[in-house]
Amino acid sequence: MNNNIHPIASLLAAVARGISGVQVQWAGCEPDERQRIYFANHSSHLDFVVLWSALPSEIRARTRPIAAKDYWEATPLRRYLSQNVFHAVFLERVSNHKAKNADEPHFAGRHLIEAMVEALGTENSLILFPEGTRGSGEKVEPFRSGMYHLALRRPDVQLVPAHLENLNRILPKGEFLPVPMLSLLTFGKPLHLEPDEDKDAFLERAREAVASLRRIGSA
Amino acid sequence: MFEALHDAKFDWLYGGVLLLLLISTLIVRILKARHRDDDSRTTINNFNARIRAWWKMAAIFALAVASGRIGSLILFGIISFLAMREYMTLVPTRRGDHRTLFWSFFVIMPLQYYLVGIQWYVLFAIMIPVLACIYIPPSIAIAGDTEHFLERASKIQFGIMVCVYSLSHAPALLLLKIPGFEGHDARLLLYLVIVDQMSDVLQNVWGKLIGKHKIAWRVSPNKTWEGFAGGVVSATALGTALWWATPFTPLQSAGMSLMICILGFNGSLVMSAIKRDIGIKDFGVVVEGRGGILDRIDSLCFAAPIFFHLVRYLFVP
Repeated sequence: MNNNIHPIASLLAAVARGISGVQVQWAGCEPDERQRIYFANHSSHLDFVVLWSALPSEIRARTRPIAAKDYWEATPLRRYLSQNVFHAVFLERVSNHKAKNADEPHFAGRHLIEAMVEALGTENSLILFPEGTRGSGEKVEPFRSGMYHLALRRPDVQLVPAHLENLNRILPKGEFLPVPMLSLLTFGKPLHLEPDEDKDAFLERAREAVASLRRIGSA
Repeated sequence: MFEALHDAKFDWLYGGVLLLLLISTLIVRILKARHRDDDSRTTINNFNARIRAWWKMAAIFALAVASGRIGSLILFGIISFLAMREYMTLVPTRRGDHRTLFWSFFVIMPLQYYLVGIQWYVLFAIMIPVLACIYIPPSIAIAGDTEHFLERASKIQFGIMVCVYSLSHAPALLLLKIPGFEGHDARLLLYLVIVDQMSDVLQNVWGKLIGKHKIAWRVSPNKTWEGFAGGVVSATALGTALWWATPFTPLQSAGMSLMICILGFNGSLVMSAIKRDIGIKDFGVVVEGRGGILDRIDSLCFAAPIFFHLVRYLFVP
């Protein structure tokens, strides 16, 4: 992978920071060049760029987003942005008939975990939105299991929870033009998979770690 | 278009502002060294933050005036943008308001300042109160969400009226053609800003010194009748003493200053009420770390339009 930051990526990061007026708070850890998986709640297309732009540039150069292949390869513009500009790791989603909504595509299968492990390599970090899709921004939805399998495979990588607030009001799902309100980004305390922790308990603990970073309405 | 707007008297006025800032900076330094208890520390730090903000404001103001009418319009346009951004962040909006908000920020606001800039008085006066206020409710309705409909429409209307329409009357002073005062309008703008901001801070100082009887403690625990009276009287006295920089006689200047002070008080009172109602408990945390532009200009937003219209009515034939 090319470790240089694409100029368009830097430009988009600056624009996203301007539009979102984001205030970043490292509440549970400091920026660090070690390998990490940043996982956050998801409510807007701006989420990734804002989170990515909050990292120092030497860390940014080695931090890649996870993107749904069906969505991010659908048009030439999306493909260019995800592939060339941000070096996204593509994951395939499939229709899952066991799920509540059979029509909504899901991430599933072992090869996805392999793709993420491979993308991590020996020096990269990842940005992950384990809810799997963009929500309304009001609450953090249950996490998909990929993060658990990833934590099993790479126990050496720090899992850093992050919470994004108000971005759903700046650029909600289905809208193309942003409204420049102010937003917050909070990084929490890194967590690890406990030795005998089961999948559901871990995923709920991780979800709770993100949700507990909420600052709006806490005063 | 880029002609500088200052003259000798403007420079005196501006020099006075710098001198005042210098003196207050020194006073705060001395107070800081003397008082070490927590309570006075909070007060002193509060003043310190204000003074720092004014140093910046003074520098930007000088830059704007030096670059002429366009510079001043851009400056006030940016202030409007930042204020409306804080306001809309504080006010709970819904998904259905998104496009209306986009238009408010990126079409209505620039258009208002453009109309001020090209001096199209009639359209600039009705653009937001008539056109925008008729545009906003249907554009929300068309998104199909009826929940809290009237509330949402009024919140956006109010925000754009205060942050954009009202504030745009401050740079609009630069396009008034007052006989015998041509080319000196920048003084009038600086006069408005000085009296308004001094009234704010003097009310605060008097309130801290002798304040006892709260005006509306639910709305703002810092506002007292003593502070209000002391602040209004002393800021009016200051405004009267600055008559030489304006087209007013000393008596007229006293009347104008009194009006600016009282309207300014109303502006901060209303904004405090809004923040108590929604801001502090919900979105306050988002705005807290971001300057608090709205806090600085709430008084100006109420004083500017009436000052503009009064000057226009009385001094422009």
